[in-house]
Amino acid sequence: MEWEVVIGLETHTQLQTNTKIFSGAPIKYGAEPNTQACEVSIALPGVLPVLNKQAVECAIKFGLAINAEIAQRSVFARKNYFYPDLPKGYQISQFELPVVGKGAVTIQVPAQGKKPAYEKVINITRAHLEEDAGKSVHGAVEGMSGIDLNRAGTPLLEIVTEPDMRSAAEAVAYAKQLHELVQWIGICDGNMQEGSFRCDVNVSVRHKGSEKLGTRREIKNLNSFKFMQQAIEYETRWQIETLEDGGSIHQATVLFNPDTGETRAMRSKEEANDYRYFPDPDLLPLMISAEDKARVQASMPELPEAMKARFEAEYGLSSYDTGALTSSRGLADYFVATVKAGAEAKQAANWVTGNVSAKLNAEDKSISSSAVPAEALAQLLHRITDGTISNNAAKEVFEAMWIGEGNADAIIEAKGLKQMSDSGAVEAIIDEVLAANVAMVEEYKAGKEKAFNALVGQIMKASKGKANPAQVNDLLMKKLKA
Amino acid sequence: MINSSLKQLASMLQAKKISSVELTQSFLTRITQYNPSINAYIALDEGKTLAQAKAADVRIAAGNATALTGIPLAQKDIFCAQGWQTTCGSKMLANFIAPYDAHVITQFDQAGAVNLGKTNMDEFAMGSSNETSYFGGVKNPWSFDHVPGGSSGGSAAAVAARLCAAATGTDTGGSIRQPASLCGLTGLKPSYGVVSRYGMIAFASSLDQAGPMAKSAEDCALMMNVMAGFDERDSTSLQRDKEDYSRELNKPQTDQPLLGLKIGLPKEFFAEGLDASVAQVITAAIDVYKKLGAQIIDISLPNTGLSIPVYYVLAPAEASSNLSRYDGVRYGHRAAEYTDLNDMYNKSRAEGFGAEVKRRILIGTYVLSAGYYDAYYLKAQQIRRLIAQDFIEAFKQCDVIMGPAAPSTAFKAGEKVDDPVAMYLQDIYTISTNLAGLPGMSLPAGFAQAKDGPALPVGLQIIGNYFDEARMLNVAHQYQQVTDWHQQMPDLKRA
Repeated sequence: MEWEVVIGLETHTQLQTNTKIFSGAPIKYGAEPNTQACEVSIALPGVLPVLNKQAVECAIKFGLAINAEIAQRSVFARKNYFYPDLPKGYQISQFELPVVGKGAVTIQVPAQGKKPAYEKVINITRAHLEEDAGKSVHGAVEGMSGIDLNRAGTPLLEIVTEPDMRSAAEAVAYAKQLHELVQWIGICDGNMQEGSFRCDVNVSVRHKGSEKLGTRREIKNLNSFKFMQQAIEYETRWQIETLEDGGSIHQATVLFNPDTGETRAMRSKEEANDYRYFPDPDLLPLMISAEDKARVQASMPELPEAMKARFEAEYGLSSYDTGALTSSRGLADYFVATVKAGAEAKQAANWVTGNVSAKLNAEDKSISSSAVPAEALAQLLHRITDGTISNNAAKEVFEAMWIGEGNADAIIEAKGLKQMSDSGAVEAIIDEVLAANVAMVEEYKAGKEKAFNALVGQIMKASKGKANPAQVNDLLMKKLKA
Repeated sequence: MINSSLKQLASMLQAKKISSVELTQSFLTRITQYNPSINAYIALDEGKTLAQAKAADVRIAAGNATALTGIPLAQKDIFCAQGWQTTCGSKMLANFIAPYDAHVITQFDQAGAVNLGKTNMDEFAMGSSNETSYFGGVKNPWSFDHVPGGSSGGSAAAVAARLCAAATGTDTGGSIRQPASLCGLTGLKPSYGVVSRYGMIAFASSLDQAGPMAKSAEDCALMMNVMAGFDERDSTSLQRDKEDYSRELNKPQTDQPLLGLKIGLPKEFFAEGLDASVAQVITAAIDVYKKLGAQIIDISLPNTGLSIPVYYVLAPAEASSNLSRYDGVRYGHRAAEYTDLNDMYNKSRAEGFGAEVKRRILIGTYVLSAGYYDAYYLKAQQIRRLIAQDFIEAFKQCDVIMGPAAPSTAFKAGEKVDDPVAMYLQDIYTISTNLAGLPGMSLPAGFAQAKDGPALPVGLQIIGNYFDEARMLNVAHQYQQVTDWHQQMPDLKRA
């Protein structure tokens, strides 16, 4: 009997606002403990929450980006539970009426082995605004736990999918796509190490063909795509083995241990809290008008899919190239800047998706920290088009630019990579080579086309690569036909 | 002087007949003399108080005094005041020194008023007799055997005993109006959203509202001018133009200044449960209104009987959540010894909260629990809307509604402590206005003789339409122009 895994994700994205969601306290990461905790963050007696409009705008942006219903009226609710880093004894969240309703994200699942790459639509159930809790720092004070409330009240958008994913690869593809999207629309910095983007993954298994969902276990707080892949694969295997051994799955929350590669139950659902949700009487319902939506719409950047189509139409680029260029906002912006600085589009696309991306991947850098800025790349590409250097030489120049040896022209000069433009000098080399390879010339004249290329190779070699190959072709042809 | 109106005190101060320091000192002297027996104040800080009085004198001398500059007021201990012990009547916060000011405190500071101290109250404003306070009960200045009402019992006793010129209170289900009635004062609970709740320790957020407790309607109007107004730190604060609450007073100046005023008398407020002696006083007061030109209309508020059950679902539900922050982690009471986190929570809260607070946390937790939410909380919210609808219908027929503020005069201390439901029934006439968010006030209308005891004050309640406080204050003021109940003072030596 074949098994099928069913996966749904809940993602907490930290919103890029200046201040907390219900107070004016700053939200800079890494500050000294409790230095970003105002009276509201500490939950002193008598304090009240006031909703941050910037956080609402972020939610609307996300709703627009996934073509979702944006609620005209949504309600903040209190989720009640006791925990030392939850200062009010309740978290302000949204329960029955979230700000963003049903929407969808189209993901690109990469090829795996023989299975080719494919597209899939993942349905979004809802996205709601809520506040983050603080942090318990165990052992902060000798033998005691400390509470840091800097993070308490940080705005989050929790994005929940339908159980639409059927493999770890799909789940990771969705998470990556969402990760790009929230950065693309500028609502989240995407920093996973700092916890700006955290995923909870619900995993269950069932016999293929079955309509009924199996009992799910929730893997909490995955903050890397690699761990997500490993955790889902382990959890899936574990559930299948458990069932095949005659066991049963109990609903539970589990944690992934990257050291062992295993998931382990944290608490079972039977011990779970009754959160006693009810509408927060300190906050009015959140009303979003058509005008609010229109205003946010006007501030929205072009979305990846629209940009991809535009690149294809405007620059005549292939679907593959535009897909790669729009895989991140930064890469797309870099490409546009390169073209704007005078580079030819197809050439720029090749370089950005080729040499530049390869370099970034090798050094695990993002495009924003590229050692070669778009304008500098455009200058280099210009030197290829104007015949100053060959494509091969350009690669060498690019390497040098990357490690900071200067701009393209300076490096070409310093390394003496300039192509020969003086036809007299090239002709002299050709004559030398022809004189030294009489046999090859005869072969060519006897109809062996290959000999021509061999001769070009010899000439390029003799010019130490500085001859312009097109010019060499031209001159050689003339001489052989003479 | 201690019986002077705020207006009179202000003119004496501004004419330099007396300094704020002298005036403040005279109240402090009375407090030293009488507070030990009455227990109206929880916290006093002569240094802070006199520093404010000195600053007020400087301001008066500079010629930029407001109507309340230099006037000594008492603040209910539910308001956070920077540097002041702020306990909310609870052991849980007995050691809490507020590091910030409530909006109301800021407003009085800016007006130059002097803070005499923090007044006693039922723990977390939960009670109708001030007997749930961790700091002990408060004596009714008219009779020390009797309670002052609650939860603003300390403020009520302080004003009645003239231990301050006026005071603040808060009213979630009657906590300004019932003690005002039992102590013979004028107290106003404004429409919900008129006074910012920022820095006012929350009991039931959707019902809590601060207001003045003073000797007269005129004094209440002056207090309201300072307390009311939009505050962006409270999302439920209403963005309305600043208004002068004394603008309607003394208009028009005729024999029948209330000619044409339609007063609705809800039959439900005069039904079983109302003391005959109280009913008599209210009827007499209505007769005065007739003479002032008002027209009396019989009305009905059919859902009045549901207001107590609805209130005792919604208020505890909100309270159970509002009081979760008192966990012993960051401030407030923490048990001395505990074995782990849960033990710390359990012991800290078990020790820090009194019985009535615990009762309401339990009720609130229960009605919000999975499986009970719809039957209790949701149903109560639906009935709350019906109760508000009753008033909307009533105000189509009349301008103001009148009736008793409390079903009886002050009862004896200890009389109802073991019977929570009897205690809850104290608020039968006041709770529905909180549920509807309407303004309500109580003003002294006379005295009723207890069977074997002293004559005790009776309060007449006026309920107005939304934001009709200025008119209500005038309706009360006209009554106080032709009666002197509000000027009567208890004899503290005999009480």
